Amino acid sequence: MTPILARLVGMAIVFFARFITAVRGLWQGIAPAAGRRVYFANHTSHGDFILVWAVLPPRLRRAARPVAGADYWLASRLRRFLGCDVFKAVLIDRTPSRSGPNPIEQMCAALDAGASLILFPEGTRNTTGAKLLPFKSGLYHLARNCPDVDLVPVWIDNLNRVMPKGEVVPIPLICTVTFGAPLRLHPGEAKAGFLARAEQALLALAPRKAETAS
Amino acid sequence: MTAYHGDLLTLLGGIGALLVVASVIGYLLQRRFSPDGGNTAIENLNARIQAWWAMVVLMSIAFVGGTAGVVLLFAFCSFAALREFVTLTDTSRADHWALAAAFFVVLPVQYALVWVGWYGLYSIFIPVYAFLLLPIVAALRADTGRFLVRIAETQWALMICVFCVSHVAALLLLDIPGYEGRNVLLIAFLVIVVQISDVLQYVWGKLLGRRKIAPVLSPSKTWEGFLGGTLSATLIGAGLWWITPFNALQAGALSLVVVLMGFFGGLVMSAVKRDRGVKDWGHLIAGHGGFIDRLDSVIFSAPIFFHLVRYGWSLT
Repeated sequence: MTPILARLVGMAIVFFARFITAVRGLWQGIAPAAGRRVYFANHTSHGDFILVWAVLPPRLRRAARPVAGADYWLASRLRRFLGCDVFKAVLIDRTPSRSGPNPIEQMCAALDAGASLILFPEGTRNTTGAKLLPFKSGLYHLARNCPDVDLVPVWIDNLNRVMPKGEVVPIPLICTVTFGAPLRLHPGEAKAGFLARAEQALLALAPRKAETAS
Repeated sequence: MTAYHGDLLTLLGGIGALLVVASVIGYLLQRRFSPDGGNTAIENLNARIQAWWAMVVLMSIAFVGGTAGVVLLFAFCSFAALREFVTLTDTSRADHWALAAAFFVVLPVQYALVWVGWYGLYSIFIPVYAFLLLPIVAALRADTGRFLVRIAETQWALMICVFCVSHVAALLLLDIPGYEGRNVLLIAFLVIVVQISDVLQYVWGKLLGRRKIAPVLSPSKTWEGFLGGTLSATLIGAGLWWITPFNALQAGALSLVVVLMGFFGGLVMSAVKRDRGVKDWGHLIAGHGGFIDRLDSVIFSAPIFFHLVRYGWSLT
């Protein structure tokens, strides 16, 4: 019963996201094809993962799993149902201890099982005025441990205006999700250099809004 | 089978035949000049024809649904248009509640008022009540940065996308003696004249266009396209008198008004797009851009057409 319900709820969420945002995927640097991929995106809103999910073709959507904090998604029955059954999130411990499972190993295991991952390397929602927060090191460790995986930068545009922090009613506005050219860790590339390169690749996808900026 | 159904079927049959001809021409052009999809003008033409099919089918379904179908169809058009419009405004976080009210209170209430035919309220609801109440909601958030620009943008978005568009649906509620039960055809008349004028201006402009009419606003509009499109659309409007409560002369005169309003409405909306630095309002309809790109001429002509008909022919 649960899998059918989870699928229906998933469809309803995608329908609602499309109704509010008329979201459109722009595949600029890579085609929407199957493959072992990590989509890494900017994070400004609770709905970010859902927009990426909504623009993936259904076949890819079923294989895509967000990486999310276990503390949040296991906190109640509803969240557990959404996180585990609907979104099939890879739940990681955001403050890993030595005794618990290693988040990087969890992600690699999910990739080895045929999933794609949706990751927010800023680590937390960006509620500052900056376009992007400095990346946490997780993306680097993932690239080093799973070297044959494509790391695809994904820019989510406008969703922060749909539902700013602290608001409960979303405003219908058109959003876009732009997929850039995939990255991999160069041989011998240092952590700081790789993370800077990944940040630049993501920022390069942000639409220029000089003409509409105040 | 009433006269109304007969007329509606004749009309839909005619439009269907027109689209079949257009589709065949588009197909032949593509095979001859753009077999690999390289000719953007022909690809665009075919995308437009396909979108036309979808629009005609949608309108037909709405017509079958009667008042409910038509009101819901145009309420959705308003919603999609407002979504496109607000996306391009500079509204800030402080406008959140005012915008939420615009989408989830003002828009449904306006269409509910149209549905029950409360002319006295729906014709002033947005120009008076929304105009006064939404700035109050915005002011309560105490962010004064570019306040006047923000509230003006919100009000203009509502007037264009909700108030004006709702007047198309409001045509259903006019009470014209001898025309009872046929008001849907009045909507068909308005939409056909406006849209065919757009198409004919495009066609005449492509065939003969030399002198640009407004090079800054809309480089594709020419005097030849404007004059040819206006004249031929007016003639077609006059020729459609049999689906209206008007005689041929009146139908032609109303068509001329509608076509001129549509043309200048298109120019105004182009100016707004230039100001915002975009080419299209959105991307929802393949080949046409967004909803507003297709609706702009209807938006400007609908309220005028509504009031002229109401003043001249309606009892309400």
